[in-house]
Amino acid sequence: MSEPVLKVSNVTKRFGGFLALQNVSLHVGAGERLGLIGPNGSGKTTLINCISGALFNDEGSIVFEGRDITRMPAHRRARLGVARSFQIPKPFRSMSVLENLRVPLEYAAWTRAEHRRIDDEAMDVLENIGLKQRAHENSAGLTQVDMRKLELARALAAKPRLLVSDEAMAGLSSSEVDEILEILLALNRRGVAVIMIEHIMRAVMRFSERIVVLDAGQKIAEGAPADVVRDPRVERAYLGE
Amino acid sequence: MKLRLSAFWLCVTATVVAGLVLTEVLHNDYYFNALYVILQGTLMAVAWNILGGFTGYVNFGSAAFFAVGAYTSIFLDKYFGHVLPLPVLIATAAAVCALIGLGVGYLSLRLKGVYFSIATLAMAIVFATLISNWRYIGGARGAYILTPDTYLWFHSYIQMLFMVMLLLTLAAVAISRALVSSRLGRGLAAIRDDEVAAECSGVPTLRLKLVSTTVMGALMGVAGAPYPFFVTFVDPASAFSLFVAVNAIAMPMIGGTAHWIGPVVGALLVGSIQQVITVTVSSELNILLVGVMLILFITLAPQGIVGLARKYLARRGR
Repeated sequence: MSEPVLKVSNVTKRFGGFLALQNVSLHVGAGERLGLIGPNGSGKTTLINCISGALFNDEGSIVFEGRDITRMPAHRRARLGVARSFQIPKPFRSMSVLENLRVPLEYAAWTRAEHRRIDDEAMDVLENIGLKQRAHENSAGLTQVDMRKLELARALAAKPRLLVSDEAMAGLSSSEVDEILEILLALNRRGVAVIMIEHIMRAVMRFSERIVVLDAGQKIAEGAPADVVRDPRVERAYLGE
Repeated sequence: MKLRLSAFWLCVTATVVAGLVLTEVLHNDYYFNALYVILQGTLMAVAWNILGGFTGYVNFGSAAFFAVGAYTSIFLDKYFGHVLPLPVLIATAAAVCALIGLGVGYLSLRLKGVYFSIATLAMAIVFATLISNWRYIGGARGAYILTPDTYLWFHSYIQMLFMVMLLLTLAAVAISRALVSSRLGRGLAAIRDDEVAAECSGVPTLRLKLVSTTVMGALMGVAGAPYPFFVTFVDPASAFSLFVAVNAIAMPMIGGTAHWIGPVVGALLVGSIQQVITVTVSSELNILLVGVMLILFITLAPQGIVGLARKYLARRGR
């Protein structure tokens, strides 16, 4: 397979005496769709916090496109091309939808030549994601599903090469889940690798080319979706003995 | 856009001209005293709002920067034997307070929310203690300063001081306005709305917050630097007065913190009412007034006067 976009090696993260992640390793190929699953509290969000730079891991390394980013602050990772969306949407509430996208465009994808085109670029992203007609509305007043879309749009604005999507579909209706899934698939077709964290198994199974399962801070399984769900260790982690 | 730009600078020019005309027309020094106090409040409100309003970090330590600015003037004036011109004192105070803003920002900005606010309050107490124990600049007893007897073409020293404060305040408003409408300003707003999301969108949050504390500190120092010449006697109790700090918070809150005009509106309104009440009723009632207004606005109109105006305009536009 081709050179991985992201290579996480032996990452360990402690919170005081609690071992949140223990020797976790995984990789994501260029343009790959990776599903990351595991029961609540298994360390999924901690892991992507370490990948995006919101937390620093205690041991191990994280390499993005051949570059060690283990100790790099989050905003520099964003500029390199690592984007993430949040489980609980975090829009910039004082701004309109369009202005929300201006932030990453102005900071992460900023060069003088691009500066003039920022509004056009933001509108393009909004059109792709289906929020164009809401561009000038205040972001705090959006519906749940539009809020999720904004979360993705903002993550995508700066043209990342890796998107980490943290439960973008939790709490949405079945048709809304399909809508978000379509957005992620369309995005992936344009060459962006995606790590998808999700509890909705239907979505994970349909989306992922490969699945990694975490339980109690350790990687317990990895492989093709159909194999992983039949893995006895995975069943045990979800259902108990 | 171009029209609005020139409209702003037209207003600035008109204000300067109006100030100059006032110094020719009015000969009662009391008015200039009152106007000076209002302008000083405006400058501090604008300064506070850069960190407290635009960036969302509520700071109780404004009075410390103001006092350090004032004491920088006292120190330099004494050390160099009363020869340094006012602009030099102001520039030095700005530099000193900018550095302190940077340092304090670096030490305390890792704290969030109310913990940051408490740290700024503690910082103010530390500075007050230091200055109270530094005998060279008067210590706890305070220091007198002699007002120079030259005052350009003005008719009195206070007239000149009023004009200086007017220019400084306008400059601060221009800086604050330029800041909020820039890329930097959008970054600060992103920090205020959600710091983690801002960082993950590529905003260098720590650096931006340091810019914010530094500019805030410098402008507070600028507000404090001419103060000794205004009152001629400064002691730690008056320079570090809680009332100064409370005013700097209350004025932007009442005016509205999200827009650059908010602290200006709030300061002009609250400052003017305070002056009127001081003359007509009593100077102690001021403090009660600020408290009551603050409570009313926070409960009834948390977006301040600017927020009310926007709501009204939106309703009329519909």
